[in-house]
Order: sequence, then structure tokens, then C-alpha cells
Amino acid sequence: MMEFLLVKLVLVGIVLFGVLNFAGFHTWVERKQSALIQDRIGANRADIFGFRLLGLFHGIADAIKMFTKEDIVPEGANKTLHLLAPLFSVFFALVAFATIPFGPPLILAGHPPIELQVANIDAALLYVFAMLSLGVYGVILAGFASRNNYAIMGGLRATAQMISYEIALGIAVIGVIMVYGTMDLSLLVQRQGEMIGGWIPFWGIVVQPVAFVVFLTAALAETKRAPFDLPEAESEIIGYFVEYSGMKFGMFFLTDFLETIIVACLATTLFFGGWQVPWLMADGFHFPWPWGGVLPVANWVYVLLGVMSFSIKVVVFCFVFMQIRWTLPRFRYDQLMALGWKGLFPIAVVNVVVTAVVLVFFGEPSWPQQ
Amino acid sequence: MAATIKVVHRPELTFWEKLYIPQILCGLKITFRHFFRNLFLHIAHRVGRLTHLRASATIQYPEELRPLMSRHRSRHRLTVREDGSPRCVGCMLCETVCPAKCITIVPGEHPDPHVEKYPIRFDIDLGVCVYCGYCVEVCPEDAIRMDTGILNLAAYSREAMQLDIHELMDPELEKPIVDCSLKFPHQCKVSGEAMKGSWDGVEAS
Repeated sequence: MMEFLLVKLVLVGIVLFGVLNFAGFHTWVERKQSALIQDRIGANRADIFGFRLLGLFHGIADAIKMFTKEDIVPEGANKTLHLLAPLFSVFFALVAFATIPFGPPLILAGHPPIELQVANIDAALLYVFAMLSLGVYGVILAGFASRNNYAIMGGLRATAQMISYEIALGIAVIGVIMVYGTMDLSLLVQRQGEMIGGWIPFWGIVVQPVAFVVFLTAALAETKRAPFDLPEAESEIIGYFVEYSGMKFGMFFLTDFLETIIVACLATTLFFGGWQVPWLMADGFHFPWPWGGVLPVANWVYVLLGVMSFSIKVVVFCFVFMQIRWTLPRFRYDQLMALGWKGLFPIAVVNVVVTAVVLVFFGEPSWPQQ
Repeated sequence: MAATIKVVHRPELTFWEKLYIPQILCGLKITFRHFFRNLFLHIAHRVGRLTHLRASATIQYPEELRPLMSRHRSRHRLTVREDGSPRCVGCMLCETVCPAKCITIVPGEHPDPHVEKYPIRFDIDLGVCVYCGYCVEVCPEDAIRMDTGILNLAAYSREAMQLDIHELMDPELEKPIVDCSLKFPHQCKVSGEAMKGSWDGVEAS
């Protein structure tokens, strides 16, 4: 029991450390990537002992600024909810990471295999979606508790947007669940390690490309960043966090980045084989037909390659999300609703129907017994 | 008169434009091109290559200054004669033409009979100045110019924005001025900490 707790605590530590640092790093990426896209240099002035390091210290400077700023609570605000809202946002965004498997099982001599996943839940996918949905309560509460018309407008927009897009998101994922026959994310990733015809990885993107496009669009809307940043919309209503200052505002900002990362993690897990490396099985590389042969690797190499594969995929997804965020302008509100209800929702439903028909006629894929 | 009617035909979107996804890819192509081009150029600049190609339009301001047009109107200066005394003859034209009324001149009689007057005081309140350049255009003696190239005009008080004749004649000087090597027909005196524009022993004409 003690060992189990210790392992889980270490895993929690690793996930929190990695995710929070990556979110902090995101502020730097956002600044520099947008700068490069727009032919600028980007923030590069903060220095420690004269070392600027391409502006990496701006994240630290931001944190110091946010922590030392005056915390203003509006007079008419509901003090309790006003305080709770940012905590809700960050909490649910962080908790959602618990079920993401980030590496293959690690085998240490004399111990049972350690799943590189904080919580191995049967219905992990439902859990992630539940946490993402609860995250929107932070936004609504922020709008509601601030007693500011613009803030509540942002909160309402967030609500409508979340409801519209979560439906498309959920239905897009149903196709994936049908193909792999499980909602357990760790099992789902294992099953993506199979091969079609011995050389095409059985990843979600290969068997469910339409679901991937719908998922990606809806997931972008879920992160509340451009082109779906209507709850914020800094040029029209400042957004749900207009009455927040200091670190409370910083927590909303952090949530934005955390949601980007969780969505990147989900896209990786569901559609890009999670920690799977193409042709890498537990016992080594199985090269496809033209070359053939097996290159055995040790378990720790296997785990290391898996974790690296997962991290690289997540980073690439974050990069692409950032690129989209700095490419597309904001949707109009009616366009947003039309895209969600008239575009993504029917496509997702048709995708589920087609998947079902194909599965019935060609038979469900058979999986090796656990 | 018949009204002219101009019919504006809204361009019909093609099927692929309505689908929107190809358009997103077009946009991404542009941003990715900028991103990777600039990334490559920044790295190349670090190792000293391809420096003739600019990676960013940014001018790192305090270290790097933007080139100014020769006609750019920056902070004023009073030109000086060969002996170091001001060229200004105190004709009051600039003070008269100034639309912002930011110039204050107190003329005095010049010791040289060929020069009628000279400025005892010549103050410009930069907090009021609109940088129209009329004073430069109206000056018959080419005594005032706006070509110092000084752009960082900022101060913590209104008083510090008021330039007296010392600062106008020597753009290097900054308040408080306690020492002055400028040549005047009169003597400069330090009163208190700063050098003042009104001087003892000189009577305004």
C-alpha cells in the first residue's frame, strides 16, 4: 500500500511539474512565435545578471508582477464566488491531466509494472470530459460574481460556446470509442499500437480522420483562444475576467494554457497513438516488410522512447494550436454557433453512423487478450 | 438630375471557400512561411550570416535609433555665431508666429552697434510646443532650427520641460545647469542650484 501511494505521489509530482512548467513555458512560446509570425522580435528585455536568454525570464517576471500586484475585488461582487472562480478554473484544468497515460508501463525488477498514468480509470475519457465541462463553471462564476455587465456577457458566451462545442466534441470521440471498444485511455493507447497490414500504425487519425478534424475544431473552441475567443474578445467585451487583477487574473491566463495542453494531450492520446512509437513493440522495433527483422530494445529504452514520443506529439500539437491562434481572426458569434450546430454536429453524427455501419459490415477489430 | 446607381456585386464564394478549411490552410501557409523564414534568419544572424536580410522590422529603440528624415522636426536649438554668441537678434517674429505661444523672448541691446538686439531670455516650453516648425521658417537670421535629432523629450515635471537659452544653444546641457561656457554679451550667473535665464547687470531695452 505504501509503495502504491509513493508511486502515485511521484507520478502526480512528475505530471504537475511537467504540465505547470510547460504552461509557463507557453507564455514564452506564445510571445516568440507570434513575434516571428509578425516579423517582430518579441519580449527580450528581462535579464538576470545581464543574461537575457531570448527573453525566457519574462515568464518569471510576469509571475513576480502578478503575485505582487494589488488584488482588487469590485464592491458589488460576490466575494466568495469571486475568489472561487479562478481556483475552479485552474483546479479542473489540472485534475483533467490525471488520466492521460504518458508512457508505456515501466518494469522495475521485483515490482509490478508501473503504469505511467496518475489514475487508471475505466471510463477515463468520460472523466476528462467531465472535468473539462466543470472547468467552464470557473468562467461562468467569474462572469457572474464580478457584477459587471461585460464580465457576465463573457460568462454567458462561454457557456453557450462550451455547450455547443462539447456536444460535437463528445460525438466525434464516440467514433473513436466504437473503433477501439474502450473508454480506458491506457487500453486505448495500447490498442493503437497494433498495425494495419503489418505496417500502418492503427492510430485514430488513420481510422477516424473526419472525427479528428471535428475534434480538433471543437477542441480549439474548448480552449477559448482565438479564433474562438468570444468569451474573452478583448476588443469588444474585455471578457469574463475583466474584474480580476493580480494572480487571480494570472490563474485564468494559466487555465488558458493548461486547456491548450490538455487538449493537445487528448488529441495525441485519441488520434496519434499516445506514447506509441510506430513499429515499436514492448520487445523492440518490428520493421515492416521491405526491411523486416526485429531490433530488440530494453524496457527502459522502450519507456523513454514512449515518453519522448508522447511529449513531442503534445509539443507539436501545442505549436500548431498556437499557429492557428495567430493565423485566424475571431469568428462572429452567429458564425460560431452556425459552425458548431450546423457544421460540426451533423458531421460528427454522420461519422458515428458511418463508423457503425462499417463496423457491422466488416466486423469489429479483434484485440489481443490482456 | 438622375441619381447614379452603382451596383456593387458581392463576390460569390466558391465551394472550396465556403468549406473554409482550404482557406485556413492558405492562412497557415503564410504564417508558417513567415515563422520559419524569420526563425532561419535569426539563427543565421547569430552565426553572422545573411545579415543583409532583415529577420524582423523591430528597431531596438534605446540602443538603435530609427534614421530620421532630413526635414524631421525634432527638439529646437539656437544656432551660434563664430564667436559663440547666439545668432538671434531678438526680432520677436518666432514668438509672434508661434501658434502655441510657447516661446518667450526678452530682448536686450547688443554692445555691437551693427547688431541691434540680442535675446537676454529665450525660453521654449516644450510641454506646450506643437512642433509645427513655423518658428524655423519665419526666422530671418537662421537662428533657430529643429535639427537636433533629440526625440526622447520626457520629464517628471512641467518645469523641466521649459528650456532656457542655455539648453537651446547647447543641446548637450541638461537641467540643472550650474556651469556655462556659452558666450554672451553679459555674464551668466548661478542662482541657487540652477542657472537662470535672467541675469544681473543687464537691462532690457
